[in-house]
Amino acid sequence: MKSTLRVALSKPVADEVRKTTCYMCACRCGINVHIKDGKIRYIEGNRDHPVNKGVLCAKGSAGIMQHYAPARLRAPLLRTGPRGSGEFKEISWDEALTLAADWLGRVRESDPKKLAFFTGRDQSQSLTGFWAQQYGTPNYAAHGGFCSVNMAAAGIMTIGGAFWEFGAPDWDRTRLFVMFGVAEDHDSNPLKMGIAKVKKNGARFISVNPVRTGYSAVADNWIGIRPGTDGLLILAVVHELLKARKIDVDYLVRYSNAPWLVIDAPGTAEHGLFARDADGKPLIFETVTERPVAEGTRGARPALSGRFQLDDGRFAVPSFQLLAEKYLDPQYAPEAVSGETGIAPEIIRGLAAEIARVAFEETISIDQPWTDMHGERHESYIGRPVSFHAMRGLSAHSNGFQTARALHMLQVLIGAVDCPGAFRFEPPYPKPVEAHPTPHGRAEHFGSNKPLSGPHLGFPRGPEDMLIDAEGRPNRIDKAFSWDAPFAVHGAMHMVIANAHAGDPYPVDVLFLYMANMAWNSSMNTAGVIRMLEDKDPATGDYKIPKIIYSDAYASETVAYADLVLPDTTYLERHDCISLLDRPISEPDAVQDAIRWPVIEPDRDVRGFQTVLLDLAARLKLNGFVDQRGKALYKDYADYIVRHERRPGIGPLAGFRGVNGDRTGRGAANPDQLKRYIENGSFFSAHIPMEAQFFKHANKAYQDFAVKMGFFDQPKPVTFQLYQESLQKFRLSAEGVREPKAPETHRQRILDTFSPLPDWYRPFEEAAVDREKFPYHAITQRPAAMYHSWGSMNAWLRQIHTRNPLYVPGPICDEMGLADGDWIWVISHHGRIKVEIARSDAVNRDTIWTWNAIGKRKGAWALDQDAPEARKGFLMNHLIHELLPPKGDGLRWSNSDPVTGQAAWYDLRVRIEKAEPAEISEPHFATVAEPGRTHVEVEQLRYGQEWAK
Amino acid sequence: MTLLPALPTPKKLGLVIDLDVCVGCHACVVNCKEWNTGGYGSALSDQAPYGADVSGAWLNRVHTFEVVPEGGEIVGEAGEARIVHFPKSCLHCEDAPCVTVCPTGASYKRAEDGIVLVDEDMCIGCGLCAWACPYGAREMDLAAGVMKKCTLCIDRIYNETMEEADRQPACVRTCPANARHFGDFSDPQSAVSIMTMERGGMDLMPEQGTRPVNKYLPPRPRKSLAAGAPLMPLAENTDGAKGFFAWLDGVLERI
Repeated sequence: MKSTLRVALSKPVADEVRKTTCYMCACRCGINVHIKDGKIRYIEGNRDHPVNKGVLCAKGSAGIMQHYAPARLRAPLLRTGPRGSGEFKEISWDEALTLAADWLGRVRESDPKKLAFFTGRDQSQSLTGFWAQQYGTPNYAAHGGFCSVNMAAAGIMTIGGAFWEFGAPDWDRTRLFVMFGVAEDHDSNPLKMGIAKVKKNGARFISVNPVRTGYSAVADNWIGIRPGTDGLLILAVVHELLKARKIDVDYLVRYSNAPWLVIDAPGTAEHGLFARDADGKPLIFETVTERPVAEGTRGARPALSGRFQLDDGRFAVPSFQLLAEKYLDPQYAPEAVSGETGIAPEIIRGLAAEIARVAFEETISIDQPWTDMHGERHESYIGRPVSFHAMRGLSAHSNGFQTARALHMLQVLIGAVDCPGAFRFEPPYPKPVEAHPTPHGRAEHFGSNKPLSGPHLGFPRGPEDMLIDAEGRPNRIDKAFSWDAPFAVHGAMHMVIANAHAGDPYPVDVLFLYMANMAWNSSMNTAGVIRMLEDKDPATGDYKIPKIIYSDAYASETVAYADLVLPDTTYLERHDCISLLDRPISEPDAVQDAIRWPVIEPDRDVRGFQTVLLDLAARLKLNGFVDQRGKALYKDYADYIVRHERRPGIGPLAGFRGVNGDRTGRGAANPDQLKRYIENGSFFSAHIPMEAQFFKHANKAYQDFAVKMGFFDQPKPVTFQLYQESLQKFRLSAEGVREPKAPETHRQRILDTFSPLPDWYRPFEEAAVDREKFPYHAITQRPAAMYHSWGSMNAWLRQIHTRNPLYVPGPICDEMGLADGDWIWVISHHGRIKVEIARSDAVNRDTIWTWNAIGKRKGAWALDQDAPEARKGFLMNHLIHELLPPKGDGLRWSNSDPVTGQAAWYDLRVRIEKAEPAEISEPHFATVAEPGRTHVEVEQLRYGQEWAK
Repeated sequence: MTLLPALPTPKKLGLVIDLDVCVGCHACVVNCKEWNTGGYGSALSDQAPYGADVSGAWLNRVHTFEVVPEGGEIVGEAGEARIVHFPKSCLHCEDAPCVTVCPTGASYKRAEDGIVLVDEDMCIGCGLCAWACPYGAREMDLAAGVMKKCTLCIDRIYNETMEEADRQPACVRTCPANARHFGDFSDPQSAVSIMTMERGGMDLMPEQGTRPVNKYLPPRPRKSLAAGAPLMPLAENTDGAKGFFAWLDGVLERI
């Protein structure tokens, strides 16, 4: 038989292609959803989309199974059994919303701070934050506090932007790419595409990561660092660069605060702060006229070292002198840090040499004239093609803020920020701290039935901007912006349940959560959190956290702890906007945003959470959501996306504005805006002119472009803050010489960790426990084919990661006589787990690890009760406490970065003991019942069989 | 017994898989599954999809190995262990033992382009082909009782209802790391042929005599970081900050 006759070669794929935005992780790739007979035939990457350019990862390709997963919630649920039982009855949306509005309305009237509203990994913080502000509770944040606030805060405070959503390596031009840590699940497609480019171009890729999976496996050089010591490695590189004089002095003088004068007056309230003129402008020392002048003075030639007398008689030194003196100290020599980091001195020196060589010997130039903010014209863009990227783990340590600062300092020292070949900003970044609000949430900021007077989250300029009362006690339930974590700019979600349960600083009435699995993998001390959620006040018989409202699309572990469940849609059934007001998807060359729209209609009684939030806002008659007569302003989220204006002419979406849809950035609402987005592939992209593409922090054409686009109302250039004055203000408070004075309890900790120049200190848990008793680090790694816990209900993805062994380094296996398949106890200061192991040599010698969030609770996610995820899968979370071990000072400190409050997941220290063979990991928990009607017995799937010929 | 077509076939279609950049993300694996479960032949079924012994039919899988080279080769800086992500699907062999072993003629190699296919109407599910394949590249679909294998997305590559750029296997189109390439190996000027030549593309298990069409590109050689350490220039005066500031003043004079 002729083979061509045996196969139909040209069958149309589907009836229709609908283009939307993926949500299988946080990359926000463009997808083409092929619809056939009303069902999803195929999902592929959108070739025109700027984020993924056609490619799609395993998660995105498994969207069909996510969409049709039996774990989907089907209708609103009201708890009928005790919390944790999973016993619910289905109720109507009207009942559900009436009840929620009743609970929320009472709290709003009596004491709005008794609502704690925290959202997980959602992408609508511009709406949720605005809602919470109009509601008037001070207790709102998203999940950044347990994710990567260290990266965001350190980046914005140092260079006006950070990695991922704030900037990206110049993949096409970079000659050396150095990556620290980084989860493999997101934002993974851009990274994979970038790494492939780097390697194809013959550039070098160096990965610093205790575990050699994923990206590290293809790195030219893998540095298997000991967890929590990245900062020390970076400072040793800085030491070497300074010693070898391999720094870009011209760049430092132009773009950083290196020349700014720092007052040298120990014991006074201004010691270590910048010397300023009468207008508050920082001073530099001008070397020709030999006098202090304001920074930015035209033609000034600043000193970078020396000690100079100010007009008021005090002395001051350029901040760069303090910097150079600090890092030239032999304590940062490669030999000195080798023991702590586990990296040989010659490798550290080799890393520094490679950075220096590429930055200064492979310099590139793009012939494009541009003008800086001082009006000086430059004939070309000079590039130092060394780029960096970092994320979790580096940031998930209690020294992560300072470590991220160190990395940004390194970039600035070699002149490799927003130049060709280096890390480049993505609009609307860079944005100086001064362009961000200060936090709101003090008693004077809110009250009964009124909005909060400003945004919850912002950047304190000093201790005076903290959210504390007259006695220094936290205003917020998560203690963000208090002495515990003054720069908790994303809040501290991982502390909310513990604090609410303890009534510290106060109890709450309603805990309202969205898309965060807080009763499982998103909490430290999972068993303890479960007890807190179940715990009742013996006096009243009520739960200590009286009411819990939860919205999720799937039957996660947390659903069982809710009193009222608001079932969300899948990502293919909803409207969303990926907004410049929120977490943008811009590229260094283009301003971008995107939408989702219902490419499939829901077949269940579910509603998109954002539409539900708008409904509740209307029922509560919140300002901004109802008109003067109390009538709802917005029909649903789609309507809000189009018509809401944050400032006149500035709305959630930047594209196709104006009545004719021809305005970008600023413009009147366009009723056809969503239609235009859909026609355009559900995204919008506006190119940045070439003369504005680099040195955005100081580029006049870019700053004008940013104003035109509506990012700012006037230019906001950024001077890189190597020396961080706001941190020094806290040190002065801790010394007791500046108001407000820090409480005695916090003084030593602030003095130890708030260095105004990037610093390294041993992670808290490691410093607190006996290192010999707990000799190993234990960390998790996120697999490329799973996004947190979202993947186990997916029939395809769970076949890739059905369970998670604990990987133990070969030398430890040899020492303890362990082999693949053995069981061990892993013991921390807080808890113990019993798990199955696998041997690995591709890991730091002192580090054991496993894949994140594969372990599931029996009964959750509509999996069978004997699913491997619930039998052999396990969480590291049981070993991690939200509090550090007692120090004997009568206090229990949060297991967080002291500057930002970021959850210190990766500070965990453990020991291991051989255990008897077993079939089930420990601890394991009572089964939760299937909420509603999620569980249907599926013996076999034959997806697409109806389309077989 | 089934006969192979006259060799060489006029076209030799196949894949190049670049082990230098494959990060083992499974994008190709899942995208292959979703394309093919609704595409050529019966669906790729999954058994106990939410249960204890979940399994399914897949046409492409990534295997992950940890290897410790015997010496000489530089694979990193800390320790010597390397992780290799190894995607594996049908290699569309020229001497395909899975074809010659087939008792019904269901398993066949296309004369025009060399693609090895299974005609499911003729397949009796005996499994001989899977035994004969030295690569383990065929999987029985337990629901349909027929053998499933990579078709090189034959319902894509010639599909005139698709845009030209999309006429390539789903795994190639979706790969985020650009680790997969599709083309005609009979054309020495094709991108896959050139890539294979330049990068030393290899046959998988050549000793089996199957003459696979698909080729694997080995990881590029890596250079030690430590070897570059002596390149770090030594400054005139490396004693602490004093010499540094003298140097700095000199630089400031010049800018």
